[in-house]
Amino acid sequence: MTATTTGARPSTNGRGPGDKGGTAKREIDYLGILLEGRAFIALIVLIIIFALLSDSFLTFNNLLTMTKHVAYNAILAIGMLFVILKGGIDLSVGSTVGLSGVIAGVLLQGWQIDAFGVVIYPPVWVVVLCSLAVGTLVGYVNGLLVTKFSVAPFIATLGMLYVARGAALLISNGSTYPRLGGDPELGNTGFGIIGGGRLFGIPTAIWIMVVFALVAAFVLKNTPFGRWVYSTGGNERAAELSGVPVRRVKLRVYMISGFCAATTGLIISSELTSAAPQLGESFELNAIAAVVIGGAALTGGRGNVRGVLIGAFVIGFLSDGLVIVGVSTFWQIAIKGAVIILAVMLDQAQQRIKRSKNAALAASSHSEPTTTPSTS
Amino acid sequence: MTEATTDDVVMRAIGITKTYGATRALKGVDFSIRKGTVTVLFGENGAGKSTLMKILSGVETPTSGTLELDGEPLQLRNTVDAADRGIAIIHQELSLAPNLNVRDNIYMGRERARGGVLIDYSSENATTVRLMERLEERLDPKTLVGDLRLGQQQIVEIARALAGNARVLIMDEPTSALSGSEVEVLFKLIRELTAENVAIVYISHHLEEALEIADHAVVFRDGDLVAIGDRNEIDLGWVISNMVGRDVGDLSPDLLEEFGEPVLSLENVVIADPSNPARLAIDEVSLEVRAGEIVCLYGLMGAGRTELLEALAGRTSIQSGTVRLKGRKLSKESVAERIALGLALVPEDRQRDGLVQTMSVGENASLANLLAFVKGIVLNRRQERTSIDKAVKDVRVKTSGPTAAISSLSGGNQQKVVISKILMTEPDVILLDEPSRGIDVGAKAEIFGLMAREAKRGLGVLFATSEVGEALGVSNRVIVLSKGRIVGEFNPKHTDREGLMVASGESTEAAEPENGLGK
Repeated sequence: MTATTTGARPSTNGRGPGDKGGTAKREIDYLGILLEGRAFIALIVLIIIFALLSDSFLTFNNLLTMTKHVAYNAILAIGMLFVILKGGIDLSVGSTVGLSGVIAGVLLQGWQIDAFGVVIYPPVWVVVLCSLAVGTLVGYVNGLLVTKFSVAPFIATLGMLYVARGAALLISNGSTYPRLGGDPELGNTGFGIIGGGRLFGIPTAIWIMVVFALVAAFVLKNTPFGRWVYSTGGNERAAELSGVPVRRVKLRVYMISGFCAATTGLIISSELTSAAPQLGESFELNAIAAVVIGGAALTGGRGNVRGVLIGAFVIGFLSDGLVIVGVSTFWQIAIKGAVIILAVMLDQAQQRIKRSKNAALAASSHSEPTTTPSTS
Repeated sequence: MTEATTDDVVMRAIGITKTYGATRALKGVDFSIRKGTVTVLFGENGAGKSTLMKILSGVETPTSGTLELDGEPLQLRNTVDAADRGIAIIHQELSLAPNLNVRDNIYMGRERARGGVLIDYSSENATTVRLMERLEERLDPKTLVGDLRLGQQQIVEIARALAGNARVLIMDEPTSALSGSEVEVLFKLIRELTAENVAIVYISHHLEEALEIADHAVVFRDGDLVAIGDRNEIDLGWVISNMVGRDVGDLSPDLLEEFGEPVLSLENVVIADPSNPARLAIDEVSLEVRAGEIVCLYGLMGAGRTELLEALAGRTSIQSGTVRLKGRKLSKESVAERIALGLALVPEDRQRDGLVQTMSVGENASLANLLAFVKGIVLNRRQERTSIDKAVKDVRVKTSGPTAAISSLSGGNQQKVVISKILMTEPDVILLDEPSRGIDVGAKAEIFGLMAREAKRGLGVLFATSEVGEALGVSNRVIVLSKGRIVGEFNPKHTDREGLMVASGESTEAAEPENGLGK
């Protein structure tokens, strides 16, 4: 505990405006890379193993198909990321997937209004908007329950999991809406493009995932809202005392999650050109797993879109890869669980290292006279 | 101490140090406890008393140094370990489970079980009744602790320590919630215990009261044990001068003499106690802060300082009365709206209320002011970075850069980040709640220097403290708060420590100006 300076100090004073960042900054980036790199390395390892075990794994078409499957979960997981960053959880997304598909199914098959004895066939864009609106509304209700009625997020969204699923079953009377391709005479064709179409040879689902990921990453990094999500999840009391509109932030994250879930519902029903009320069962668990494997903390405040994407790819490639190499479904389930646990264990270890490093830094800065960093 | 008394030593601490991350709470303390006597510990907040007691009772393990019990080396891994050796502690913060009843709390963790399986409730009940009788608080052992008032809970806490038949009994602020008659009962009990050769260590902020029960006194300051004395050698003056020790001049920055318009004024403000709505935390308080003026709210724990500042910041609401900010009457404005209007709080608990530990230094600094950097809907990150750099440099935070983790800073530097966050919002009035809590002397002086500088720039400053040195050293005016009411207002130039302590209820002895304590 002598007051000799440790590594951190001289390096920060390693002056010169040209010397960008200094060692300390590089150190932190290095840690960050390790943190996310872990999931990325796992992904690479998975790809190599499956490529060795099966010739068909590493073909362009198979990669595209698998990525499309990844996209379904990734879009959900991006919405989930917002909620988890805030320190909450959204268990209702799987049911919202089913509900939004059913809404689209009802409208495309013709919305019967008995009072006027008419059947309305709205155009596809209206169908899509309605469906997204319903998904967002489910999120809004989640948000209200959490903020206004102080229901714990786990319970509120667990309740909505049942309510939304029940609504989907009630509306559809438990049956699937088939043939959602539309009728040219009614002017409501084109629904199939959302999930079944291709752009430059790549399925639209993948494009949608890319757009969602870019927008989400941008919002989280470059808008006050994004920063507020992180701060609310990191320390709600401090955020509130800093003037962060904590309640509004909470409401919004659940709405975002509902919107993302509705999007996934539309994509899948579009690709299948049918909407089943059971669609999306247990999807919420895959979404949470992707977020967690991507290095986000369930306690809030830590995580990013890049990690979530990698997490979604790990889960998706693992499931599809196991199918391709012919591992039994029962093993698949167990292996997936083991991977999730392993990811979180490694994350905990990493966080411990980081914490002790910061504590050491704080201790070393303590015994020295306080000075400003001499940059510029 | 003297050889004659060493035989009586039950427990001894040798060269104990304790560091928490950056803070050195204890710097090599030697301390002994003698049987059948009451040793009283004095010291300001953060002087290290409570830390030492936690080490003696196994709550914390020392960073270095050794403990001895009856001359044998002693290693305490946890409180159960300590309890087995006959060492019990009554904690400053109550450590009771409100969902359990009195009896179950008393036996929590050491349930009496027949054959190690079935709890022997009848025997536990009987002992509980006996203990409560001894404490002259006849509670039904089956009363839920959550239903008791605070003072009764404290008595249950004391009963729990007694139930273990301790040889060494540590009491950390045992009377903070007790009434006068309850204190008398406790003191009678302490005398009974010492007659039975139990060694008592006693900590209290009520100096008078503690002196009344003391056989020996030791004084802590900044993690060191600075003075030891027997009851017949010491008095209140000795305690206070040793407690404060350092020259207040260290802290005192230059202050303005002339002030501007009132920027914050309170009129008959009443605030309900958030934890007990029937009680008033603040009762009819009126005060005024002028531009450029530093006003100190001085008072003990529970005086209502934090409740007042949090209500002013918009976190809780006031029950009645008016608050004006620059002449504008505030009513239901949120924290964010008040920040925008120019009123912001540096909260008491930095970790809990001040900082987001998962974010960087820079992100913490700009958190309250993000909207100022928005173009359209997007943050202008370059502009944000420039402002952060400027703000961080302005308050002289020592950090490797804005991207460093907030937890890599020492306590004092973390506090500066909180202050820079508030200053970035360009307030007209800043409220600071115990701004020097948990930071070392050097950083304290810097924090108060900052406060003075901002006042000179025309800000109104209202800060709360429970340390007399700060109250007198860095303010233009000291308002003394006791039990939610203003009980006095002082000009620090014409007041000494005892004057303040007497007013706050900390000391009830009349101040004697000629005891060499005043400046």
